[in-house]
Amino acid sequence: MNIWLGALEQGFLFGAMVLGIYLTFRVLNYPDLTIDGSFTLGAAVAAKAILMGYDPWWGLAMAFICGAMAGLVTGLLHTQLKVTPLLSGILTMIGLYSVNLRIMGQANVSLLRRETIFTGIKGFIPDPWGTLLLAVLLFAAVFLAVYLFLCTELGMALRATGDNEQMIRSLGVNTDYTKLVGLALGNGLIAFSGSLVGQYQGFADIGMGIGMIVAGLASIIIGETLVGTQTLIRAMASAIIGSLIYRSIISLVLQLGLSPTDLKLFTSLMVVAALALPLVRNRLGFSPLRGAGDVKVTPRNQNF
Amino acid sequence: MLKLHRVTKIFNPGGPDERVALRQVSLEVPQGQVVTIIGSNGAGKSTLLNVIAGVYSIEEGAIFLKGQDISSWPEYRRAAFIGRVFQDPTRGTAASMTVEENLALAMRRGKRRALRWGITPEERRYFKEQLAQLGLGLEDRIRDKVGLLSGGQRQALAVLMATLTKPKLLLLDEHTAALDPRTAKVVMELTQRVISQHQLTALMVTHNMDQALRYGHRTLMMHEGRIILDISDPLRSQLKVSHLLEMFEQASRNSLEDRILLTSPG
Ligand SMILES: Nc1ncnc2c1ncn2[C@@H]1O[C@H](COP(=O)(O)OP(=O)(O)OP(=O)(O)O)[C@@H](O)[C@H]1O
Ligand SMILES: [Mg+2]
Repeated sequence: MNIWLGALEQGFLFGAMVLGIYLTFRVLNYPDLTIDGSFTLGAAVAAKAILMGYDPWWGLAMAFICGAMAGLVTGLLHTQLKVTPLLSGILTMIGLYSVNLRIMGQANVSLLRRETIFTGIKGFIPDPWGTLLLAVLLFAAVFLAVYLFLCTELGMALRATGDNEQMIRSLGVNTDYTKLVGLALGNGLIAFSGSLVGQYQGFADIGMGIGMIVAGLASIIIGETLVGTQTLIRAMASAIIGSLIYRSIISLVLQLGLSPTDLKLFTSLMVVAALALPLVRNRLGFSPLRGAGDVKVTPRNQNF
Repeated sequence: MLKLHRVTKIFNPGGPDERVALRQVSLEVPQGQVVTIIGSNGAGKSTLLNVIAGVYSIEEGAIFLKGQDISSWPEYRRAAFIGRVFQDPTRGTAASMTVEENLALAMRRGKRRALRWGITPEERRYFKEQLAQLGLGLEDRIRDKVGLLSGGQRQALAVLMATLTKPKLLLLDEHTAALDPRTAKVVMELTQRVISQHQLTALMVTHNMDQALRYGHRTLMMHEGRIILDISDPLRSQLKVSHLLEMFEQASRNSLEDRILLTSPG
């Protein structure tokens, strides 16, 4: 019971991160690797804010803003200095490592006996349900906000930028601008998620963002396989469904005795398997696509 | 309306694969004129349109739209006044977005995109009306993703999107060349209809000489980055495709001789 509850809580807390990756990788079609840095940045900023005596809710807001700024840096490297998308993200991510250490002052900051948003809610609704409820509500708010944004003029221009940059520019949109907005929003969400996870586990750690990209992609791929991407709402729902299932799988394999240090390898292999599955199916001749020319791994040309 | 003054476009200037795509091209197109452009492969037709649209910056010369020098404007800014349809139907539409979303994107050409709702109910009605005029049944598929449409349907949609806000200038680059003959005819008729309906100024590149002479008011022939023939109605209406072919061969031969003269020692 307990491990499933934990998986559920984490699935929602990491949900904002998966939505952020969905925004950059899928909507904007930008293989942004800032994630590992911006996730930790969020946790670091929130932890620091709490230690300095700010309200933990402020920590969430500050984390979002700092994450958005990190995304802006990546975007500016790409749009202004013409650095390739992959490298622009890597440069920011590596730079953030030092920034995060500066913010925290050390590699690990404990929030033990500090007021967090979770200690707050437990005052009203004791666990097991308080934490979960808060996680669900926060995620629902983020989900709704992102959905509504993607239905606005600006949000639609952003989606078009990821789909067909040439076309949307020929309709008068400055795609440099939409990319900056998308990267800022995506990394803002990722840092927001990092600040939630930091408060949830009671510490911020310099290494907590390592492998977030792969975990996020694993969630997205799982979700898309199960839920599909036919409509915007479905594509977004697959992010959270994927996140929940991914966290459940992780809980399960840990329960079954997988060493926590092997988790990252396990996650990588999971993504490899998911990406390879359609290819293998093709080779073996199960797919209707067989003989139809080139092999398509995922619905749209993806960058990973 | 549109004016090009000695425009030169050089790809990879100074490099080993330097390529002069436009050589001091000058051109003036009055309001409401429809110009067809023909020429061999690599003549610079697409480059001419791209340079006007601002996809490429130019090395020399200037481009004016309604008297305003737009040479240094970025592509997205010029797009407020210039509608485009590309040869490849997939380039002019967003496949993962619905028909109505594509039209809504086009409806906001040149406007600031804010946090307002992306499609309004009145717009939806207007789109249905416009789509019904195409006669392709698209008005019943406004919630379908564009990727599900056929090439011809996508191209018809692209023409509609390019002209939805009545741009000052319409640029068509062999926009029916990738379609089967029947669909090409449908899209061509649609193009003609919207052009005359809104009295648009347009440049249309085509590989079909018969088409070039039949449509519009004026025909340009390009060769190796130059406009080598510029003929308008009423003179143009007497021209036959065979004449055009003759001139074309003449021009090619001339430039070949030029090259031989230039490279032969002494
Ligand atoms: N992006 C580019 N980079 C380098 N060279 C280019 C580029 N685009 C065009 N060129 C060159 O410029 C010349 C003119 O090309 P352009 O595409 O304008 O020809 P075109 O008249 O449209 O030909 P086609 O009938 O084949 O479409 C060609 O020699 C081409 O190789
Ligand atoms: Mg061309």
